[in-house]
Amino acid sequence: MDGTAQAQSGFFTEEMTISVGPQHPSTHGVLRFVVKTDGEVIGEAIPDVGYLHRSIEKIGEKVTWHGYVPYTDRADYLAAMFANQGFCLAAEKLSGIEVTRRGEFCRVIACELNRLASHLISVGTFGQDIGAMTPFVHALRERETINNLMEEICGARLTYNYIRIGGVGYDILPETCARITEFLDHFEPIVDEFNRLLSGNKIFIERLAGVAVITKEDALAYNLVGPNLRGSGIKWDIRRDIPYSIYPELDFEVPIGTAQVGTLGDSYDRYWVRICEMRESVKILRQCLEMMPKGPAIAKVPRKFKPAAGECYARVEAPRGDMGFYVVADGSEYPYRVRIRTGSYTAMSIIDKLSKGLMIADLVALIGSLDVDAPEIDR
Amino acid sequence: MEAREIYARLERQLAGKVSDFKGEVKEPYLTVAADAIVAACRFLRDDADLRFEVLSDLTALDWPKEEKIQVVYHLFSYSQNHQIVLKVDLPRDNPKVVTVESVWKVANWLEREVYDLFGVIFEGHSDLRRIMLPEDWVGYPLRKDYVEQEEYDGISTQRAPLVEKLLR
Repeated sequence: MDGTAQAQSGFFTEEMTISVGPQHPSTHGVLRFVVKTDGEVIGEAIPDVGYLHRSIEKIGEKVTWHGYVPYTDRADYLAAMFANQGFCLAAEKLSGIEVTRRGEFCRVIACELNRLASHLISVGTFGQDIGAMTPFVHALRERETINNLMEEICGARLTYNYIRIGGVGYDILPETCARITEFLDHFEPIVDEFNRLLSGNKIFIERLAGVAVITKEDALAYNLVGPNLRGSGIKWDIRRDIPYSIYPELDFEVPIGTAQVGTLGDSYDRYWVRICEMRESVKILRQCLEMMPKGPAIAKVPRKFKPAAGECYARVEAPRGDMGFYVVADGSEYPYRVRIRTGSYTAMSIIDKLSKGLMIADLVALIGSLDVDAPEIDR
Repeated sequence: MEAREIYARLERQLAGKVSDFKGEVKEPYLTVAADAIVAACRFLRDDADLRFEVLSDLTALDWPKEEKIQVVYHLFSYSQNHQIVLKVDLPRDNPKVVTVESVWKVANWLEREVYDLFGVIFEGHSDLRRIMLPEDWVGYPLRKDYVEQEEYDGISTQRAPLVEKLLR
């Protein structure tokens, strides 16, 4: 409220500092914001991260190449498969190991299932943050089936340790393939149901349309990746543009934000990109299950894995965008340095800029729409 | 564009400041003098044929034997679909380099992480604080010679090995 209005009405507000988190339902893990507000309007929201720092990068220097794969799981518990794949891609790139063809298919199937699970959590909890409880329950119900399938594939529900250097740990059995197809047949109509329930909901749309708009320039300057980047209208997907694995052989679209309810790059666009990506993942899965060749699931890799001295940077398109593994080898059994570059980290850094002038309730929408994941920020 | 050509252009622009181009590796890299990093980054971003719009990653490597800390910049261009890696060698006892925050905003957080875990000072940075670790933490954990402090705030950081306990 400005001075004259204050004097006339007799009301005035003071700037208030509120600590949101570290244990707050909307923060998806443990992170904290120091929010300075004037009434309901945010002056600034400073993110405070590091509560989940487990020094995964340092651990990489202490364990062998093979032994590091289970640790990568812990970088992002919602999408562990992609961290597995990123690290293995880097190790394979360094040593020149070829992954078997069936291994590649197993990888893509596992990854895309994981992407579905991760996006379900993302859109489900997003609904819940805004105040819609039911979609969250529906999303978790579907994710539960995916977790069961994952358990069938690799024996674990969250931290998979499935993708190994040279291929995958276990082959996907024909029975499991049949069950995946069954799930996909069941899941596709669920996306429509989800749209009826949440995406087309008037309250939901009005809470998100035009809120926390990220322009193309900002998205690039802050290096947003994945759905957050595509939500701002930049058509960029590593699966399509820097192809790895068998993605060049598969047919899928790269959905981008289209400003369908508000401004380009608003919270709804980022949400909508994830919904569209779920459909694309289903498409990819169906193609993979059809094209899957016979053969070994893993290449012969020496137990004592010692890549020659060198370095490389491998990227994978994780649900939270470009996940980069920068690995340096010095010719020994242990990596010299492993660096994990994650999408949530850079997404967090833009919150400070975007939050200025938002309402407190919209901060929750902003965090939810960026789909940040605390363990992935802190590593 | 080929990495070799990117290097050639950069050398034409900043004669004597770039060196050690390695093109025969997986990700070609080159070394930039510490005082020219901002000029190099700005040129790479703004040149019409290079257009490195994003800083994909910024991290560091510790080389105690060579007495140096290397800051590594991974640059990527969406419009041209090419990449380049820049490295800056800094003395290990006094690692200081100018921030590239003015070129890419994302450098703010990435540099804070390198400062926190490697102890590299980024001059001109708007908010150089620790980010992962508490403000009063001692040492820089990702350096090779890092020794963990024995206790923090009265809490021991050591733990007896679990297996020995079970054997007894």
